[in-house]
Amino acid sequence: MTTQQEEHTLSHYLCIGCPMGCRLEVEADDGEIVEVRGFSCQRGENYAKQEFVEPRRMVTTTVKINHSLWARIPVKTVDAIPKERVQDLCDALHRIQLEAPVEMGDVILEDALGTGINVVASRSMPRTAEMAKT
Amino acid sequence: MLTANLQHLDKDYDVVVVGGGPAGMAAALGAKETGAEKVLIVDREKEAGGILLQCIHPGFGLQHFREELTGPEYAERYKQQVLDAGIHVATDTYVLDIDQDKQVKLLSGTDGVRLINTKAAVLSMGARERTRGAIRTPGHRPAGILTAGLAQKFVNLMGYLPGNKAVILGSGDIGLIMARRLTLEGVEVKGVFEIMPHANGLNRNIVQCLHDYDIPLHLSTTVVDLQGRDRLEKITVAPVDSHFQPDLSKSWDIDCDTLLLSIGLIPENELTRRLKIRLDPVTQGAVVNSQMETSKDGVFVCGNVVHIHDLVDFVSAESELTGRNAGLYVTDQQPPGDNIRLVPGENVRYCVPHTISSDRTHTVYMRASQPMEESILRLGDVYEKKLRYVVPAEMINLKVRPRFLQNFHGETLKVDILPVDNT
Repeated sequence: MTTQQEEHTLSHYLCIGCPMGCRLEVEADDGEIVEVRGFSCQRGENYAKQEFVEPRRMVTTTVKINHSLWARIPVKTVDAIPKERVQDLCDALHRIQLEAPVEMGDVILEDALGTGINVVASRSMPRTAEMAKT
Repeated sequence: MLTANLQHLDKDYDVVVVGGGPAGMAAALGAKETGAEKVLIVDREKEAGGILLQCIHPGFGLQHFREELTGPEYAERYKQQVLDAGIHVATDTYVLDIDQDKQVKLLSGTDGVRLINTKAAVLSMGARERTRGAIRTPGHRPAGILTAGLAQKFVNLMGYLPGNKAVILGSGDIGLIMARRLTLEGVEVKGVFEIMPHANGLNRNIVQCLHDYDIPLHLSTTVVDLQGRDRLEKITVAPVDSHFQPDLSKSWDIDCDTLLLSIGLIPENELTRRLKIRLDPVTQGAVVNSQMETSKDGVFVCGNVVHIHDLVDFVSAESELTGRNAGLYVTDQQPPGDNIRLVPGENVRYCVPHTISSDRTHTVYMRASQPMEESILRLGDVYEKKLRYVVPAEMINLKVRPRFLQNFHGETLKVDILPVDNT
């Protein structure tokens, strides 16, 4: 059996909790958090831990929509998804085309990229009378 | 009722609201609540909702709705309430003038001019973005230089990409949000440049819009030249000294076809000026009493047209109050006038409202001139409050209660933000 050397890491984050913008540091051995430093409140400590373990982000983008008041309709994930999937999700949503009308909250993409999280319309979009004629 | 046809409107209204963004919608609802029967919102766009409609990112409503919403969701909740309350909304329509007798001149592309009467008016026209002219950027005048909010409208509503390689000047929140937005749409964002030594936007946006996508933020740096005949081809940037003078010996070039400007907002007060309403040179908005009434009887103001807010939630709160007061005005229930004038003192850029009354509770909004660590917010010698930090980018709001003022008999009250060790 070979003895693996412990990997000692220091990760740095800028806290987003409030305008103080504390500079957070997470010290870890082999991916296990040893200590969190630099925070001024509980929110800061929790944020640093979450960012270290698995950063997640809400995604908002737009989808093409036909016969509608506007050319694009805004959509959002109902919950945060892993940060590294954000661009893939936006690319997948670019391949979708919708037809007006759409109601706010309608599911646009179910179980996005297998994350278990739905993408929904973040507004209602009426079908325009004149545009529908053409 | 929502209409683009001016012939569908009534001849007389109790309250006419100019601008159907978050401020106008909240004001219209407020006016209904306090007894205005016929309320009309006039908006120049093809739907009410204002700039919220293009702000597709989350972060709205945490204070007002106690949940995190995107801009369009926040707008839609209000729009539904407006229609349910029986408020009329005229779209694709401008307000050209409001005369001495409160006759309102409307203009629409399809119906021309129409005159209607109102008892009170609420001005909620919002703000527009500062453009290239405001900072006198040198160089050529090619296509590809636009404000961040306009680019946001192109991308999020109209489905146009402004270019392929972009640079953003100014670190305001809209600029930061557009840096992420363009990146997700496949545009190469080469950097954000800020002339000040500190970023203007929220940390949240610096982390989630720039750090997440490895977009560099260059502080104390600005654009010194723009090149390109028909289309922008190249910009030159240089670091600035403490007097904002660029050091051209350290300049460098960046290839890009798009420059977005996120360099501040100007309250849109053309109509206010036309009505000869008194303006505050600092806020560039109207001078208001605690009812949010201007120097012109029966004309009220709210939202970014009065002073620039950082959160739409504050706009909603201020505007609902404004609308309630407009409703009280038209039903002859207006409370008596104010007796105390607020005077911005140390490290206070401005206070809104400009006057208050000692027998009612008021929310006073103010902005600091300089960032400060722990400090004391002081209201004359009648009240003080500790603040953990102050930054110009974050509006401070203070509830001023009658009990603070029960032993105060002066006419002016100075508002100061002082460092802790100085007090």
